[in-house]
Parts: sequence; C-alpha cells; structure tokens
Amino acid sequence: MKKTTSKRMFTFGLVLLILVLAACAPLYAPVYTVILLTSILMYMTIAVSWALFSGPTGYISLASAAFFGAGIYTSAILGKALPLPLVIVVGALASFCLALLVGALTLRLKGIYFVMFTFGLVELLLHFILWWEVTICGTTGRVVPPAGNATVFYAMLIILVILVLTVFIIRRSRYGLALFSIGENEEAAAHAGVHVTVLKIIIFAVSALFMGAAGAAMATRWTYIDPRIAFNPLISFMPVLMAIFGGIRPLYGPIIGAAIFTYLEEFLITRFPYYYMLIFGIIMVVAILYMPDGLVGLIQRLWKGISGRKHADT
Amino acid sequence: MGSYMMVTILDVVISGLLLGGIYAVTAVGLSLQYGVARVLNIAHGEFIMLGAFITYSLYTRFGINPLICFAICGPLVFAVGFILYRTLFTRLRMSSPTPGAFEGNSMLACFGLLFIIQNVAILIWGADIKGYTYLAFPVDLWGARFAANRLVTLGFALAICLVFYLFLANTRLGKAIRAAAQDPDTAGLMGVRINQVLALCFGFGALMAGLGGALISISYKIQPTMGLEYTMIALIVIVLGGLGSIPGSFVGGLVLGLVGSIVTHIEPGLSLVAYYVIFMLLLLIKPTGILGK
Repeated sequence: MKKTTSKRMFTFGLVLLILVLAACAPLYAPVYTVILLTSILMYMTIAVSWALFSGPTGYISLASAAFFGAGIYTSAILGKALPLPLVIVVGALASFCLALLVGALTLRLKGIYFVMFTFGLVELLLHFILWWEVTICGTTGRVVPPAGNATVFYAMLIILVILVLTVFIIRRSRYGLALFSIGENEEAAAHAGVHVTVLKIIIFAVSALFMGAAGAAMATRWTYIDPRIAFNPLISFMPVLMAIFGGIRPLYGPIIGAAIFTYLEEFLITRFPYYYMLIFGIIMVVAILYMPDGLVGLIQRLWKGISGRKHADT
Repeated sequence: MGSYMMVTILDVVISGLLLGGIYAVTAVGLSLQYGVARVLNIAHGEFIMLGAFITYSLYTRFGINPLICFAICGPLVFAVGFILYRTLFTRLRMSSPTPGAFEGNSMLACFGLLFIIQNVAILIWGADIKGYTYLAFPVDLWGARFAANRLVTLGFALAICLVFYLFLANTRLGKAIRAAAQDPDTAGLMGVRINQVLALCFGFGALMAGLGGALISISYKIQPTMGLEYTMIALIVIVLGGLGSIPGSFVGGLVLGLVGSIVTHIEPGLSLVAYYVIFMLLLLIKPTGILGK
C-alpha cells in the first residue's frame, strides 16, 4: 500500500515538473524550440483525443482532419472579429456539433465501413469547400490574423492539459469502463445496460471538441490557409500512427508516440529533406511488424525480460 | 435541337464509360485484395501509379508501344505484390490474434507502403506532372468525337475484366480463389494451399492496378502523388458494388464513371464531391452495395 502511494506521488511530481519546465519554455528557450514544442503539443492533443474514442472502442476513426480543419476554418472566419480564447471555444464547439452529426449518422457502421466513412468525410469537406471557394467566392484560401509564438504555445498547452484531465476523469469513471466494454463486445455491453449509442456519440464528439480547439489555435500560426492545408489527410493518419507507435491503451502511450514522431519528422526533414517520407514509411512498417503493442508494450516486454519475469502477466 | 441533344447524351454516356472502364479495372484489383486476401490496401493507388510510370518510361525512353508495355509492367507489379504478401502480410496474418486485428494492422502497414512507394517514385521520376501522346487522333462516333486512345483504353479495360472473370470462373486456381474468398480456413482444410492462394490474389490485385495505371497513362496526365485519389475512387467502387464481389466492382466502376461524367457535364468542379456523397449515402442506406445480398 505504502509503496503504491509513494510511486503515485513520484509520477505526480514528475508530471508536475515536466509541466512547469514546459510552461516556462518561452522564457528561456529559443524561438525554434518553442515552435517545435507547439507542433509537438498539437500532435499530442490530436493523438490523445483520437485515442480517447478509438483506443477503447476499437473504432478506427480517420475523421481527425475533418474536425481539426473545422477548427482551422472557424479561426479563419472569426479570427478578425473575436479574441483568440473565444475563437478557440467556438472552433471546439463547431467540431463538437459536426461530430455529433457524424456520430449520429455512422452509428450502424462497424469495422472497415466506419473507417471508410470517416475518411470519406474528410475528402468530402475538402473538395466541397474547395469547390465553394473557387466557384462561389472566386478565391481560394484565407488569411488568418497571426498570434505570437508564445501565445499559440500557451493556448496549445492549456488545451492539452484540459484534454489529459478530461481523459483521465472519463477513464476513471464508469463511462470509461463502459467504453472498454464496447470495444470488447458491443452486444454484450448493450445487454449489460450500457447506452452504447449515446455513449459512443458523446465520446466521439468530446474527442472532436479538442481537435477543433487545436485547429483553431494552430491556424493563427500558419497565417494563410486553404482547404488543402486545413483538411490535409495526413492529419487523419498521423494520430493513428502516433497512438499505435506509442501504445493505444495507456494514456501516456499516444503522448510519447506524438512526441517521438513529431521530433523524428522535424529531424528527418532538416537532415534528409528528400528521403524523410521514405524513412517515415519504413519506420511505420517496421513498427507495425515488430511492435504490435507500441513502444510502451515493447519497453514493458524488454523490462520483463531484464527483470527475470518476476511479475506475472497482467 | 433533337439531334444536338442526342449527341450530348451520347457524349456524356461514352465519356462515362471510358472513365468507368478504368475505375472498373482498378476496383476489381482492390476487390480481390480486400475480398479475398483481407488486406484493405490503402497503397492500391501507388501500384496504379507504378504501372503508369513504368509504361511512361518504357514508351518515352525506349519507344516501346504502351499496349505492349502491359506484358512487361503487369508481371513486374504482380511480383511486387506477391512478394509483399508472402513476406510482410503473411507475417502480420500469423502474428495477429484475430482476423479483425489483421485487417487493422495490414491497413496501417499499407499506409507505410504508400509513403515508401510514393517517395521511391518521386526519387526516380521527380515530382512533376508527366504525360505523353499516343493515338491522339480523333474518332467520330455517331456525331460525337473522341480521342482514339480513350476508346482503345475502354476496349482494353473491358477485355482485361472479361479475361479475369473467365479465369476466375473456369480454372482450378480461380476456383481455389473463390473458395478462399468464402472461407479461407475451410478452404485450407479442403487442400487449398491457402498462403499461396492469398499471395496470388494480392499479386493479381496489384497486377490489375498496374494495368489500370498503364491504361490511365495513355489518356491522362500522371504524377507520383496521384495514387490516393484513385485509391479512394476504387474504395467507393467496391462499396458501390458490394465488398468482395468482383462482378459488383465491375458494374460499380461503370456506374461511378457514368455518374462522374454526368456531374462533370453539369458542374465540372463537383464530380469528386458527388462521388463522396454517393459513397456516404450508400454506406448509410445500403452498405452491402448494389449487387450485394
């Protein structure tokens, strides 16, 4: 008992230390680092919110880019009229409503059909808005009023902290258990009294809420956006890869995956600009082949091997 | 007025069939990979792109007739697909605890392949849009004019699908493939060498993609990043025709081509939007597709 309390205190302290160090980054770190950290925070937010819904339920959603893009467009349309915090809230709500609608429509779809529908949504929005801008408005792309590097960094940090707390609370509540039961066996969960449909829609919408907020905040850093930037399909694939690379089940899996992947992306782009997507692809294939439980699973397996299998499998 | 109307309708219908023929070939390939080999190949479009670029290189570099290139690029792409399934996907299939897990893992591995193939292609051929002219003279069909290369493309697309259908229906290997499509485990118990057959299916899927790409390169401009769009269209077609149904994919391809041609005639920018609207409505209303049970 005492051991677990001290271990918990240690984890809590470590998280707090990292948080404080991160929060002060704009004070001591060079601008480049702050921008890189902002990207990392963005991917962490998307990966964690993706894993909030898709991790326990096993529904692989490729709609992340749609929700992220909805946030970006909110920022582009309202950026001049409203202050940043309000823009972020509106962007989050816009994604939330979009996800409620999509969730209500896709209820009956399972497995691969759900994957394809969510990916179709991204492409539909992309091509529809592209057509709208070209034909109706006559111009493609919009200018977003820029915010300072530090402002965007703090906005992303606050969004991520709220997200992690939300996920932590949801996982600890009976709704978290209910979510896992949907992933194990949806019919059995329904028979056991879980409101499968309502729960799925709400959690899906909550995960979209944070992606929208991230989009609205990040848009101010890019200053110019168009549909191909806002609804980039890569934003749908990346969180899946990051979460799987890090490990889907534990809360810190997607966080670690996002941090490593974003840093790797930056490293490869600067060192091997022509080969970086190629190397990226190879890492992905190798990760899927040799690390089915992600980095966290691999480390646990290695640790078990080193420590001589003192603990039984959990 | 009446004859003008007729010519317009003819124009739209034949353009639709031309487009549909290409969609049908690529979708039959994807249908084989997903319906039998159970790999939702997101990198399908990259095999299409490979076929297109191999044909482009052979024609512009060595002056080999694009229609003869089929005999070269087909087996080449087939070998890539076959080897990939024997190594990567067979390993994944063995290590995945459930068929569902295999579907998820193999799809993610395909994302990786997508990046690898696309970027190797960019390193070899550069990122620019490319194209060549072959059989570009116009042909008069009942008052509407079409480039000869597009009619040849349609003819070849229909012929490829027909040959493949006859192969599935009439040969021993075709029978084994159909058995594996219904139930791979039971087919294995009945003496079908299942790993071999699944790998052959994946290879044939890649072969169809390669041939589709070769056809595309005759009539359209090509680019190393063109794959994802064709993958999405092929996905829409196999849902339209019913997942895993090969005749369904063929009919679905032609139907989607016609839809695309009609929408393009009315509002040029909206054909892709129309595809996705159809796709999403279909998933909601009848996920089993038009020929599905």
